Amino acid sequence: MLPELVRRWAGLWLALAVASAWGAKAPLAVDEIAPGVFVHRGEVAEMAADNGGDIANLSFVVGERCVAVIDTGSTAAIGQALLAAVRLKTGLPVCYVINTHMHFDHVFGNAAFEGGEARFVGNQRLPASLSARADGFVQRVTETLGDAAAGTRAVYPTVLVDRDSTLDLGGRRLKVEAWPTAHTDNDLTVYDEKTGTLWTGDLLFDAHLPVIDGSVVGWLKVLDQLEQRPVRHLVPGHGRADVAGTDALARERAYLADVAATVRKAIRGGQGLRAVIDAGEGKAMAGWQLSEAFHPRNLSAAYTELEWED
Amino acid sequence: MKRRQFIAAGLGLAVGGRLALAAVKDGPGTAQSLEVEVWKGLRPGLFGERDINIDADGIISLETPYRAADAAAVPIAIRGLLDGRDGRYIKRMWLLIDQNPTPVVGVFQFYPESGGADVETRVRVNDYTFVRAIAETSDDKLYMTANFVKASGGCSAPASKDAAAALQSLGKMKLRIDPPATPGGAARAQLLIRHPNVTGLAMDQMTRTYPQPYYVRKIEVSYRDKPVMNAEVTFAIAENPSFRFNFRHEGAGVLVATVEDTENGHFEARAQVDANGAS
Repeated sequence: MLPELVRRWAGLWLALAVASAWGAKAPLAVDEIAPGVFVHRGEVAEMAADNGGDIANLSFVVGERCVAVIDTGSTAAIGQALLAAVRLKTGLPVCYVINTHMHFDHVFGNAAFEGGEARFVGNQRLPASLSARADGFVQRVTETLGDAAAGTRAVYPTVLVDRDSTLDLGGRRLKVEAWPTAHTDNDLTVYDEKTGTLWTGDLLFDAHLPVIDGSVVGWLKVLDQLEQRPVRHLVPGHGRADVAGTDALARERAYLADVAATVRKAIRGGQGLRAVIDAGEGKAMAGWQLSEAFHPRNLSAAYTELEWED
Repeated sequence: MKRRQFIAAGLGLAVGGRLALAAVKDGPGTAQSLEVEVWKGLRPGLFGERDINIDADGIISLETPYRAADAAAVPIAIRGLLDGRDGRYIKRMWLLIDQNPTPVVGVFQFYPESGGADVETRVRVNDYTFVRAIAETSDDKLYMTANFVKASGGCSAPASKDAAAALQSLGKMKLRIDPPATPGGAARAQLLIRHPNVTGLAMDQMTRTYPQPYYVRKIEVSYRDKPVMNAEVTFAIAENPSFRFNFRHEGAGVLVATVEDTENGHFEARAQVDANGAS
């Protein structure tokens, strides 16, 4: 008890010192959804100046020896604020930074964890996918956020997962698992055996309309498997911090299946891409936010995938 | 607008140079409001001093979305509107995107047997821009129409959502006839080609290098051995190029599409069409 208290105090002091050094970067607010499992809930929104890019769920898990961080946010500053949040809870070092896929809102805080003992973990296909997009991502983040994006750059995972792997935090093991192309071509999930917590990354969206940047067919297949997993806590990439026991997976499946069915029918009827996109323009999908931004795009992605089916 | 040198890539056309040698003619329509800098640079190389009629009503129409859902695959249609009653037909159409690193998307060639100059494709759009379609009629007159499109990042976006799968299936083609193809009338077909159509503009950040541009550059379609549509295109065409076009269906025959890429890859697809227009 005493050493833990000392550690917490040390962590707090360090967090405060670090926060002032970074221009008083406030630690991110986190919920402890299970013992030693902390989740910061990002806004359900597109990246914008008023949210500073704080739009994805970011987590950390505290073991007896060290801490694993799961996703790091859209900017170096968000990564620093996440690190400050870690320091408020523990003085233990961060030994793993896990990225669930290559999208900027999940990886661009990595820079804040460099220089320590943290090793960066991702799907084996993440580096190539991020590398091809990083320039564009940095440009977009910088244009949208200005100074808030200062110092933001890609830091690539070097611990690469092709099937699955186990990370030991001391008295706590995390199973990381790479998936075939679904939300993206480099999705990775994380499972904490101790608390039965599964992090899906963006394989599961809650509230935020799912975004297809991989394969709608592949994604539906991955959902078949995720739905079979007995979990006590379920952390989506966007939306609520814990959706275990809700219909979140079923709702996402329904949306993706509906997109696939709509597009297949249109293709069979000889409808072109334009007509399909136009039909989705301005359409609010019931129960989802950000339909306007992402639904037409999803139709476009599904169309260019499904027109190859026979 | 980095790597402007790619402006002249692909078509072998002398389109470089941004000297404003000729101004767009005054006249009706939207020409005066068109953002003309790039166009002024392109025009001499493509059309010399030829007059371009900017009242294209009844000749061609250009269909574009005002805002792109995906800048890397923006659906575009150029439709020839001549019904042949005045004896004229459209023999060639250019598609240009002012603000793209390579503004010339492609040149499409049509024939009296084409069943009407009409092409739908998908393009990459790199910035808010005018998109232009220019038609040349069989009496050697030029007509231009243009639309504004809001999109960005299409050319510097990486090619594929699934890089590994894309390479595996390279060269696979689909050639299908849209139902129903009326015998004796214009039928419609779609050609799909699995190809990454690499722009060479998406830098790989880890290696700090640009990939070699690698794209479909030539398409030839014939029906019953008569040419239907020939196209020379650049990497402004989206990944997995798609073309929808007309052909005149006069009895059973074979629709043949041959495709060539910049690495001299040759691909061919055939579709048997029966007397009733079914494939």
